Amino acid sequence: MLKKEDVEHVAKLSRLELSDAEIEKFTPQLSSVFEMFEKLDAEDLKNVEETSQVTGLENVTREDEIKCLDDLTCCTTEELLKNIPIKESSSILVPKVIEDK
Amino acid sequence: MTEEFRTVIGLEIHVQLNTRAKMFCGCDNNAEGKEPNTVVCPVCMGMPGTLPVASREAIEKTIKLGLALGCEIPKISKFDRKHYFYPDLPKGYQISQYDQPFCKGGQIELESGTVKLNRVHLEEDAGKLVHPKGSKYSIVDLNRAGTPLLEIVSEPDITSPAMAKDYMKELHLILRNLRISDADMEKGQMRCDANISVQLKGERRKGKVASSPIVEIKNLNSFRFVEKALAHEEKKLQEEFEKWPEKKTKLTHGFDSNRGTTYPMREKEEAKDYRYFPEPDVPPFDLTRFPIEKWKKELPKLPSHHRARLSELGLTKEEANIIAKDDTIKDVIENVAEKNKAIIGKLLINNVEARKLSIEALNQIADTIRDGSPSNWVRDMIRRSVKSGKLPLEIVKETKGLAPSSEEISEKTKEFTKFLISENPDVVQKHKAGKAGALEFLIGQGMKMTKGTVNPKELREELVKQLEEEKR
Ligand SMILES: [Zn+2]
Repeated sequence: MLKKEDVEHVAKLSRLELSDAEIEKFTPQLSSVFEMFEKLDAEDLKNVEETSQVTGLENVTREDEIKCLDDLTCCTTEELLKNIPIKESSSILVPKVIEDK
Repeated sequence: MTEEFRTVIGLEIHVQLNTRAKMFCGCDNNAEGKEPNTVVCPVCMGMPGTLPVASREAIEKTIKLGLALGCEIPKISKFDRKHYFYPDLPKGYQISQYDQPFCKGGQIELESGTVKLNRVHLEEDAGKLVHPKGSKYSIVDLNRAGTPLLEIVSEPDITSPAMAKDYMKELHLILRNLRISDADMEKGQMRCDANISVQLKGERRKGKVASSPIVEIKNLNSFRFVEKALAHEEKKLQEEFEKWPEKKTKLTHGFDSNRGTTYPMREKEEAKDYRYFPEPDVPPFDLTRFPIEKWKKELPKLPSHHRARLSELGLTKEEANIIAKDDTIKDVIENVAEKNKAIIGKLLINNVEARKLSIEALNQIADTIRDGSPSNWVRDMIRRSVKSGKLPLEIVKETKGLAPSSEEISEKTKEFTKFLISENPDVVQKHKAGKAGALEFLIGQGMKMTKGTVNPKELREELVKQLEEEKR
């Protein structure tokens, strides 16, 4: 069972502000997710190789050239900034992350 | 007080590679002078569904640095995701390297000792944040996001703030030597985070070395600041040694360059909080299939090699240091005659004008210096050669022998010769009596009296002439 502090810690890493009520609510929920994964501990995985790659590819590189990787990555600045909620000309604005000194 | 303590410093240095394009996409890696967020694409903006592709050039440059620093290049290497949430990191994770970096170990040799390295790994830089005073917003510019970034991590082998500065300067020199980064610190192309702690010498507490907490100072962006910030922190850690609560082991500080002091910053996440895992979008690397032996052969000589060789040639440590840092002088020294290297090295350090001379002209000048031409004459010859574009030997020929450099000096020599004769009647007498060596003695006296500012051949000619005249 996860502790309240674990949820608080993960919330902090995720920059989520949770109320006490929310922490109460999410602690058992998140716990059950972990419990599901803990079932794997019961299995003997000694001879099972860890999977972090599924393509079987190796040494995929590109030449040092200034060009779009493909058609889909060729975009205008307008297109790229279209969904930015707050901007000033081409600057992206976010709520201030450090306090004024 | 300071004798009781041992200082332990380790540096993490970030260096932007000078590739044309970014690390995982084809955006221009040089966004100097560009408007914010105009040198970006869906990949470096972290849009969902994009696929990063690693730059071969960036990997080559990383491994070349590793080879130059004596690192082990492993058979297998890969990228990992490092997670943290901050607006400068659009994906919510940075593609970095965790347990299988491109380069492991290695070392940098300094005059003050050897600094072992932990690793050199490759990652992508984050974007830039500006926090305008009074505004409720921070400004995000992602032009820098995705620039290939090296992280060079030293072991805690550095024992003083001055040594930390030396280490950084040496690394800077090596990076420039390999031409893998401009390492311009003012432009943020080379940045340093420093870890420092002080330990009580000889004393153990509860079976452990008695140590202060480790203070990490972030974003030191000049050689001077590295030394200054560390010296400030070192003093503070020593003075407040007994006050540190035992449980506090790590603190994060920033450096205020205006005041020369450090201040506490937001606590950083611990390694486990970064939730590293292998980057599934970038397949791993079998480095045995890269031409590593060929790259090794292509490596330019390191500054430490140049310094050792220059010292062997008879230059002082200071002279060797100056030349090792100066690409122009270094290239010239490589190309001039072996016997002239030291003479020309000294000459180029002291005489800016001489740097305009060709290799051939420099060799000729060096020959005359070895023959004992006085410095005034040499200076004059360099000036004439630079001005006329003629070789020193041509000028010598035109002016008949090692000719007086100008009428004025010649006049001076004439007068001085007269004076020399009147000052040394005994020697003049001996010369007239046919005593061998008397003339040489007079010339020697003359050179000594003028501190070598007179041309010996000219003096000899004039002496012979005036003594002949006296005889008559
Ligand atoms: Zn891009």
